[in-house]
Amino acid sequence: MKITDVLVIGAGLAGERCAIEAAAAGHSVLILSLVPPRRSHSCAAQGGMQAALGNCAKAEGDNPDVHFLDTVRGSDWGADQEVARIFADNAPIAVRELAHFGVPWTRVRPGKNRYHIKGEQVEIDEPADKAGLIMHRDFGGTAKWRACYAAAGTGHATLYAVDSQVVRLGIDVLDRMEAIALIHDGERCHGAVVRCLRTGRLDTVLARATVIATGGYGRIYGGYTSNAVINEGTGAALALDTGIVPLGNMEAVQFHPTGLWPAGILVTEGCRGDGGYLLNAAGDRFLVELEPEKQELASRDVVSRHMMNEILAGRGVDSANGPHLWLDLRHLGEEHLTTRLREIYEICRDFLGITPWQELVPVRPTQHYSMGGVRVNKDGQAYGLSGLFAVGEAACWDMHGFNRLGGNSLAETIVAGRVVGMSIADFVARGGPGPEAALAASALAAQQARITALAARPAGGRTLYQVRDEMGEIMMNRLGVFRTGDEIETAVADLQHLLREVSTMGLRSSSPGLNPELTYALRLPGMLKLALATALGALARKESRGAHYRTDYPQRDDAEWLKRTLARWQPGAEAPDLSYEPVGLLDLPPGHRGYGASGHVDLPVTLEEYNQGVASAQAAQGCLETKEPIGARLRPGAWRGAFSAPS
Amino acid sequence: MTMSKARKLKFEIFRYNPEDPASKPRMETFELQETPFMSLFIALNKLREEQDPSLQFDFVCRSAVCGSCGMMVNGRPALACKTLTAQLESTIRLHPLPAFRLVGDLSVDTGSWFRGMTERVQGWIDEKAPFDPNAQEERMDDELAQAIYERERCIECGCCVASCAVANTRPAFVAPAGLNRVARFMMDPRDRRKTGDWFEVFASDEGVFGCLGLMACQDVCPKELPLREVYAYLRRKALTGVLSRKAKPV
Ligand SMILES: Cc1cc2nc3c(=O)[nH]c(=O)nc-3n(C[C@H](O)[C@H](O)[C@H](O)COP(=O)(O)OP(=O)(O)OC[C@H]3O[C@@H](n4cnc5c(N)ncnc54)[C@H](O)[C@@H]3O)c2cc1C
Ligand code: FES
Repeated sequence: MKITDVLVIGAGLAGERCAIEAAAAGHSVLILSLVPPRRSHSCAAQGGMQAALGNCAKAEGDNPDVHFLDTVRGSDWGADQEVARIFADNAPIAVRELAHFGVPWTRVRPGKNRYHIKGEQVEIDEPADKAGLIMHRDFGGTAKWRACYAAAGTGHATLYAVDSQVVRLGIDVLDRMEAIALIHDGERCHGAVVRCLRTGRLDTVLARATVIATGGYGRIYGGYTSNAVINEGTGAALALDTGIVPLGNMEAVQFHPTGLWPAGILVTEGCRGDGGYLLNAAGDRFLVELEPEKQELASRDVVSRHMMNEILAGRGVDSANGPHLWLDLRHLGEEHLTTRLREIYEICRDFLGITPWQELVPVRPTQHYSMGGVRVNKDGQAYGLSGLFAVGEAACWDMHGFNRLGGNSLAETIVAGRVVGMSIADFVARGGPGPEAALAASALAAQQARITALAARPAGGRTLYQVRDEMGEIMMNRLGVFRTGDEIETAVADLQHLLREVSTMGLRSSSPGLNPELTYALRLPGMLKLALATALGALARKESRGAHYRTDYPQRDDAEWLKRTLARWQPGAEAPDLSYEPVGLLDLPPGHRGYGASGHVDLPVTLEEYNQGVASAQAAQGCLETKEPIGARLRPGAWRGAFSAPS
Repeated sequence: MTMSKARKLKFEIFRYNPEDPASKPRMETFELQETPFMSLFIALNKLREEQDPSLQFDFVCRSAVCGSCGMMVNGRPALACKTLTAQLESTIRLHPLPAFRLVGDLSVDTGSWFRGMTERVQGWIDEKAPFDPNAQEERMDDELAQAIYERERCIECGCCVASCAVANTRPAFVAPAGLNRVARFMMDPRDRRKTGDWFEVFASDEGVFGCLGLMACQDVCPKELPLREVYAYLRRKALTGVLSRKAKPV
């Protein structure tokens, strides 16, 4: 048994940034990770991190108000606007702090610079008075160039800088250590049961505050994802297994337009931001006509849908692995591709043998980001269970709503790391009941029993991996870029069947120690539950919003659906219970996003009327009291003067 | 890339499970039908899923950016995820990286090694002043930012360490990845440490003067880091450090 003030489950950017904050406040902190921290998925982020510094010529006039506007519109009004506000206001500070931690941000080069904008090569004078400040690149769905970047290795550079602070502060990290259950008494969380991925041994960690920072769960889409193989949603499953903590908006799943085809590896949006464009089989830039305003830089959900339509209309490029489209980077030239987009050049070369300044890159939309996750209040506290927090992609803090803008996730990890880290430090300082050893012993025994039962089941029949592959096919084919009621219904039935199947499956291997098959067997039921929560949420939501697109309900319906889905799973149940809460206080009224389809059903009440019920409705759903009253950070109407504000 | 007739691949894989008292280090042979664009990531997962569920190996990003999957491929350290079987003969021998503690089969503990290295070389920015949330960022020339990024691209896969004759025989050697890290912080103007402060770590037999100059590290580095330049830079720094010490004894 180990005891600490703060237990952080996950050593990606969000977990580590949060740990630094709690440790700096003087609390003892222990971080767990499936892999050494620097191997976390955050290291794979390529393109950039949004913060309204307004440094380069194309960023002139940018400020947190514009960033807030872009974020809420990007979310298709599914976001909690107060959280989007906290986020936009803090992003510049958090990014500058990263410069302080040593991130080698790409900098403004004064004088004439050559860029590609909407297919044209242009020369822009970068102001001399901004020389050497952090540079920005263009990303989808934003009014200004705002993505700060370190070549195409932004996540890598950032994670290394943050992890080096963790090492410097002497924070303990147990790598190859997996949390497999939370320890709680129904009201308060007391830590977790952990399994060592070197030896297979179980242990418990007791803590005053426990943080889920386990990243996304893209792997429920099998191989159809840009996510790392460890992004299996173990953290969201831990929360779901409590039966108390709900997951928010699981049906909100982002697809990225440019997954390398067929490898599935991501080609950053920074490629389109820097002037790359998409072509169909005929060599046409189809987005010029479809999205005259933003072209390739409409938001991800919009571009992905246009691409799938192009493929469905038979204008894709045939290949042995199925049809795809082309990403054209040739005009960017060798120098640009080997410096500012270096990682993309390497991926093209290593995985497909392609030279991107000479050849076209085959791409297709792929699962990319989990907007849903452990539902938390604005302080990062999970609904319903005091002492439990969540940050980063694992959380539904909910600044992304139904579509995350590119570059907003890395920024979220470090902003939430700071904000939630402070609220954790505060929570621990205020004390409350200490760790309870008896609870730990019974939680440990329950997990031991689960493993013993698994080992005792007869082997034979299908393998875990075949079930996983079937789950992936179901998710991509029936809960992909386009969804329709009939197909989701069959998906639900099939996923429930798979969940029953895994509950009887035995192991083929009894090798002592880690036993990779056992490790996977412990995770797979949780993944199927996440898949079911996604499917049922999507089935119930009879509208289209952001990345959730129902061909049978193509309009966004603010009259019925300006609300967030919450999914709880009672122990032993076959399916989650769904309930709903308002998205949060509205400041920016729902309207047209500025790209994509413009039709929607209006909100039937005034903003004031909507806002009146928010706090009590959320409290009824388990939202714990926040440090400051709800709305305290909103700055109502501040966006009015902002560039590109709706009239 | 064109694919000739589908081959039957033979894998000879090092096996040992330290948690199993009955396990002895040995080589085991597996066979697999090659498919187009097959990488060792795909091949090893297929072997585990279809033939031996106990096989241990590490992958995370499967796109050559996280550094998890370093292993000896036909005697040479490489990232397994970006090694395509089409580049190899039909018999493929896989061993764990040497110089690191074995976790099991092809999996080694690079995490502890790299954390230890970071602690030893103090691989973080020792900043000149505390962070001021209201201040603009310190300016930096983009050329310099790019040069730092060039060192920063190391993914800590351990291939260079495994290929290094000195690191394999002398555990105290800072090793190529460590020297690269020292150089990265030394050239960063945000760091207040002077060359002399680094002296002990890099200007000795455990540092850059322990290097035999075989340069296998640069040959095997999957990120093509210019390690030769790094050592030249450090030797130059060591020399100027010595000279300035003579000039100004403290
Ligand atoms: C290819 C790619 C490119 C991207 N590019 C960008 C970009 O350019 N800009 C941007 O803003 N966003 C980008 N994103 C998104 C962004 O990278 C992620 O959303 C973000 O890094 C998530 O960080 P995190 O800290 O929440 O989780 P992660 O970095 O995924 O870390 C999760 C951690 O949890 C640990 N863990 C998981 N389960 C357990 C458990 N049960 N017990 C113990 N530990 C556990 C893991 O070991 C890991 O340390 C990209 C994503 C991908 C996939
Ligand atoms: S799996 Fe990440 S480098 Fe190979």
